[in-house]
Amino acid sequence: MAKAARAVKSASKVSGSKTAKTIVRRRKAPPPPTITAANADEVLGHYRQMLQIRRFEEKAGQMYGMGLIGGFCHLYIGQEAVVVGMQATIEEGDTLLTSYRDHGHMLACGMDAKGVMAELTGRIGGYSKGKGGSMHMFSREKNFYGGHGIVGAQVPIGTGLAFAHKYRGSDRLSLTYFGDGSANQGQVYEAFNMAALWQLPVIFIVENNQYAMGTAVGRATAQTELYRRGESLGVPGMQVDGMDVLAVKAAGDEAVKHVRGGKGPMLLEMKTYRYRGHSMSDPAKYRTKEEVQRVRAERDPIDHLRAGILASGCADEAALKALDREVKDIVTEAAEFAQNSPEPDAAELYTDILVEA
Amino acid sequence: MPHMTMVQAIQNAQDIAMERDEKVVVFGEDVGYFGGVFRCTAGLQRKYGKTRCFDTPISELGIVGAAVGMAAYGLRPCVEIQFADYMYPAYDQIVSEAARLRYRSAGQFTCPLVIRMPTGGGIFGGQTHSQSPEALFTHVAGLKTVVPSNPADAKGLLIAAIEDPDPVIFLEPKRLYNGPFDGHHERPITPWKNHQLGEVAEGFYALPLGQAAIRREGAALTVLAYGTMVYVALSAAEETGIDAEVIDLRTLVPLDLDTVAASVRKTGRCVVVHEATRTSGFGAELAALVQRHCFYSLEAPVRRVTGWDTPYPHAQEWDYFPGPERVARAFREVLEAE
Repeated sequence: MAKAARAVKSASKVSGSKTAKTIVRRRKAPPPPTITAANADEVLGHYRQMLQIRRFEEKAGQMYGMGLIGGFCHLYIGQEAVVVGMQATIEEGDTLLTSYRDHGHMLACGMDAKGVMAELTGRIGGYSKGKGGSMHMFSREKNFYGGHGIVGAQVPIGTGLAFAHKYRGSDRLSLTYFGDGSANQGQVYEAFNMAALWQLPVIFIVENNQYAMGTAVGRATAQTELYRRGESLGVPGMQVDGMDVLAVKAAGDEAVKHVRGGKGPMLLEMKTYRYRGHSMSDPAKYRTKEEVQRVRAERDPIDHLRAGILASGCADEAALKALDREVKDIVTEAAEFAQNSPEPDAAELYTDILVEA
Repeated sequence: MPHMTMVQAIQNAQDIAMERDEKVVVFGEDVGYFGGVFRCTAGLQRKYGKTRCFDTPISELGIVGAAVGMAAYGLRPCVEIQFADYMYPAYDQIVSEAARLRYRSAGQFTCPLVIRMPTGGGIFGGQTHSQSPEALFTHVAGLKTVVPSNPADAKGLLIAAIEDPDPVIFLEPKRLYNGPFDGHHERPITPWKNHQLGEVAEGFYALPLGQAAIRREGAALTVLAYGTMVYVALSAAEETGIDAEVIDLRTLVPLDLDTVAASVRKTGRCVVVHEATRTSGFGAELAALVQRHCFYSLEAPVRRVTGWDTPYPHAQEWDYFPGPERVARAFREVLEAE
């Protein structure tokens, strides 16, 4: 209990004592973040990464509309601050994995936009040679352990990765991302229990974008304070404003310190919001347009950081425009690559099933 | 050569695999301190410590999920699901994750994982401790499925499974743990120490996955069996005096189709035997393969002897269990067919 109480206390430190609902849906936008010369470069880096994810996802949505991407495609627009803030807290050799809303994570961990987009179009140049698709991509080089299409299935796997880190005697840790929908899957609690029992180096990050497909969090659970979901096992939790990349980074730093210090797992609830439908085929009838517009207008993570950057004078409009162009070029190049890379040969479908004899 | 029970052979295989490779970790419900409810991991925790052999919560999905993560990172987990009947909660991780990791990462990640589980009936376990779910695994691309029938094979196949780069489902017919069981439940069991296949070589050896063994050579018909049913088939051959060739498949995926096809081409008749329920059972796959590859040699339709299409019963277990009498009847039927 002592641990949980401390966790609640530190949560209020990060999130400014705001309750779950008010963090994202509150009427007034928070003031722009303060940026100093000391963190200016880092903040510009966050801005660029968030922008790249946003532009990438917009392009993916556009290509989906044109029929160049088929099947399932879950866009990350609105949630960019979460993964960008968290990835800024970790070090080389730390591992990450997430659900099917995974494009942002791949870009944030440094995977090449071309390979990601080509996987979306199902081409040989994709990270899984087109055989995985939007939800199922990996990168050994970047320690990205997937893209998982089954809600919640990545959580015990992330716990196993943490076991492997500890077993090998390294101080690396596992970032295990999941959504508010996953938070109601039984295997997530099996994983929490094992992670706590064995004191594994894992940070569980629940990206609470407030809707599990079409069901608002409050319609699926009696305990909507998701950061408290580990309390009974002694997994400390923090609730974080997931629309503020610097708040995410600060909370992440605290969690990394805790976990790398050998104190066992930690749970971060990122209050965030997705602007687009659950997937491309979602008409989003379960929420009002006004709700979405209000969050976009008042809580957009990129606009928020941009206001702080401009107010602090660490970059001007022209510099940000140049950055925007740079990001657009990367995305355009990725889109071209994804359309020009050939489809995998039919014979390719029979490889990588079992080890080749 | 020393004699071992199948339990001892399985324990010994894990012991040797752990000794050879520190990446091998063994865990599951009651596996560590207690040594497993069937004792298949007895003494391993004492020898290798709690980091390498340990107890888990009763969380099958979580156990396999964590094992997938460990395997993806390069460890070689060998987990025990206490009964194959407890596998169902873990099925999502087995099918969606373990079996598919290699494919959907285009070979960047593999899943060298072994999931051991006691399978099959004959122990009055009723429907949640007697099932034979092998077809639920053979149906999944990306898994290998092994069913040993004796201590010597169990050891060599388990070592091979642990060293295999892919996920292997290792089904241990629990009615065979202490001796070969031929379906004559009224007779006392012959212990492994009186059986030739209870002789288990010391030290390391691996048997390749995908090689069947001919347990009895014969000319009249071919029996395809695995696990407990191997002994039932041998018993049926002996009791009827029918010159059956009994093939112990040993691994279902990969399947030794060459040995199967050569035998059926020779005998012209084929009986498939398994304990699992009939519809969509592995026997259906075997029958289809035999007709495809041996059609012009067949003198009679392929006959299946299986469990009934019912839940595994507590009462009347020996009516459900495809014992030597039912197998003998099938022998006569395929021989009488024109």
